[in-house]
Amino acid sequence: MSLREAASNLVGWVDYRLPIVKTWKTHMSEYYAPKNFNFWYFFGVLALVVFANQVLSGIWLTMFYVPTAEEAFKSIEYIMRDVSSGWAIRYMHEVGASFFFIVIYLHIFRGLLYGSYQRPRELIWIFGMFIYCLMMVEGFLGYVLPYGNMSYWGAKVILNLVGAIPIIGEGLQIWVQGDFVVGSATLGRFFALHVALVPLILIVGIFLHIVALHQVGSNNPEGIDIKAHVDADGNPLDGIPFHPYYTISDLTPVVIFLILFFACVFYFPGGGGYFIEPPNYLPADKLSTPEHIAPVWYFTPFYAMLRSVTIDSFGLDAKVWGLIIVSGAMLVLFFLPWLDRSAVLSMRYKGWPSKIMLMLFAVSFVFLGVLGAKPADWAPAWVAPALTTIYFAYFLAMPVYTKLEKTKPVPGRIGAKSG
Amino acid sequence: MDREIFVKLWLATAAISLFPLCSIASSNSQELLQSNIDIHNKASLRRGARLYMNHCAACHSAKFMRYERLSKDLEIPPEIVMSDLVRFGATRLSDAIPAAIDPKVGEKAFGIAPPDLTLEAKYRGTDWVYSYLLGFYKDSNAPTGYNNHLMANVAMPWVLASLQEATSEAEFKDQMRDLTNFMAYMSEPIRPFRENFGKYVLGFLMVLLVSVRLLKNEYWRSLNE
Ligand code: HEC
Ligand code: HEM
Repeated sequence: MSLREAASNLVGWVDYRLPIVKTWKTHMSEYYAPKNFNFWYFFGVLALVVFANQVLSGIWLTMFYVPTAEEAFKSIEYIMRDVSSGWAIRYMHEVGASFFFIVIYLHIFRGLLYGSYQRPRELIWIFGMFIYCLMMVEGFLGYVLPYGNMSYWGAKVILNLVGAIPIIGEGLQIWVQGDFVVGSATLGRFFALHVALVPLILIVGIFLHIVALHQVGSNNPEGIDIKAHVDADGNPLDGIPFHPYYTISDLTPVVIFLILFFACVFYFPGGGGYFIEPPNYLPADKLSTPEHIAPVWYFTPFYAMLRSVTIDSFGLDAKVWGLIIVSGAMLVLFFLPWLDRSAVLSMRYKGWPSKIMLMLFAVSFVFLGVLGAKPADWAPAWVAPALTTIYFAYFLAMPVYTKLEKTKPVPGRIGAKSG
Repeated sequence: MDREIFVKLWLATAAISLFPLCSIASSNSQELLQSNIDIHNKASLRRGARLYMNHCAACHSAKFMRYERLSKDLEIPPEIVMSDLVRFGATRLSDAIPAAIDPKVGEKAFGIAPPDLTLEAKYRGTDWVYSYLLGFYKDSNAPTGYNNHLMANVAMPWVLASLQEATSEAEFKDQMRDLTNFMAYMSEPIRPFRENFGKYVLGFLMVLLVSVRLLKNEYWRSLNE
């Protein structure tokens, strides 16, 4: 029996018991993807790559990290200095966290650009948002673990926010932090959640995200439904099998991504004070507040919204209003598929109002991010509320402008002259 | 045509969005001197280590930095480290650098306990440390007779005053650069290796990039026909 026969027998044996051949065909070799994917379509695969990086490097870190108030900071320095290649693992995990968010923000922007959240991809979007929220939780938990001074004060700010919730807040805060103060009890539970519970749910979320995607098929930059034109075998004329075409061509963006990623790991691991904030080089110290407490960059747009309310009103603390606005800003994203009333998907065929609103939205989000990274008095007090208003206007006015605007006719086939 | 407008529109969005990011990058409130350290210069690091052990370790600990590591990285023979650099209660090569004075005693003496300096260069940045060291000036109102441009009413006595007076300005700057360099090394001993090793990793990835690109062309050729 030749090696090839042996291999094929083995596959046959397994396939009789586990549908590996069918799964491979459905999701890879006979999964037809639009032939016109562009730059924006790389970020899903890249998100998978960074996620794998986070899981692998994270598992290594758990071997040496100690989740107690006394030992946490020391154990990180131990990893950086005494564990062989520990520094590389730690930098890969820490730079990876920021890269994860860069990739996800671009991935989400692609969705907005090409109407990927619209029918029939609503569930893909919902799973995606669910993943995004979990990633924020994961990022927050992870940032507390090294127990530097910014870890400590950042955790305090967020946990006090929980405490500000009327009626249940105080009890909830103590329950979450496990003690009356942030300390070993907090680190212990944050560690458990960060390394076990949240990643497990993330894996399920990613699985559902991709299964839902493969059920309806990918959208594309033209927003054309490729399943509308099929050949004699029922395969989309404008589609190509995912494997080998996209598996092979995706290697290029993956390697380019790795080059940028490792350039940061080796030459820019602190991200200029944005991946690791300088106060985190000091151990947590409850007697010394950092001059200016700011969350890591990927939270700053929401942090700016949180701080945008400065007056108590309607019997509620300004803090609580901030919390309501931030929750609203996250929640409204989930409803996007039903806010967009446009008949077309891609921004290429949507009208000017859609284009301008998306642009304003993107700019306001970035500006909010800058504001959130700066001290509260860095810009005039009206700026953050104004930007927050633009953020919400993009969503809340969407049913109107997408319904009323004049769209362009979408060609039936990819590559056909647009009319 | 429409396509072009579209591309312009999103380029404009990107440009507008990048503008405030630039303001983030270039927002340094304090005017700092440039340290221009060279972390790969072992002679400079060795001189810095000596300065540090002679003048700073009396008050400041460096509790994450072991002598052994220093001996290996800076190529100082262990005997010399043992005889010249190990002091203040440290007895073995595997010890970390302690301070001579107890932090509590330090706090009594200076009002503020001298902080651990292992990660100082990362916390403040090397330009800050360099500027701080060159920032001491005579001030008859200050309890120690010296004040600092970067830290008003600094509690640290200017322990290098006599050295500064005995050497030329250029020479003293060089010494402070060596000292800053050593503190940068101490804050991340792996950095010289990391920067060297990075070149090989990136080089390998470049080669990989070319080959995956060629592979793609090979696979997609049939598709384009
Ligand atoms: C006599 C004790 C003593 C000696 C010796 C000493 N220092 Fe200090 N150092 C202090 C004290 C006290 C402070 C706290 C100053 C303050 O916060 O006002 C300090 C603060 C510092 C800081 C600022 C820490 C920060 O970020 O807030 C640096 C940097 C520093 N020392 C470096 C050095 C260096 C380098 C040397 C060796 C040339 C040295 N020190 C020698 C007592 C000392
Ligand atoms: C762990 C995080 C995530 C991973 C690993 C991931 C993975 C992927 C992959 C592999 C694809 C197919 C390739 C592509 O179209 O780029 C995809 C598509 C998609 N993702 Fe994600 N994703 C993640 C998070 C998100 C988030 C946060 C959102 C936004 C809410 C989102 C929304 C979408 C949408 C709408 C599509 C379909 C795009 C289209 O067909 O045009 N994803 N995702």
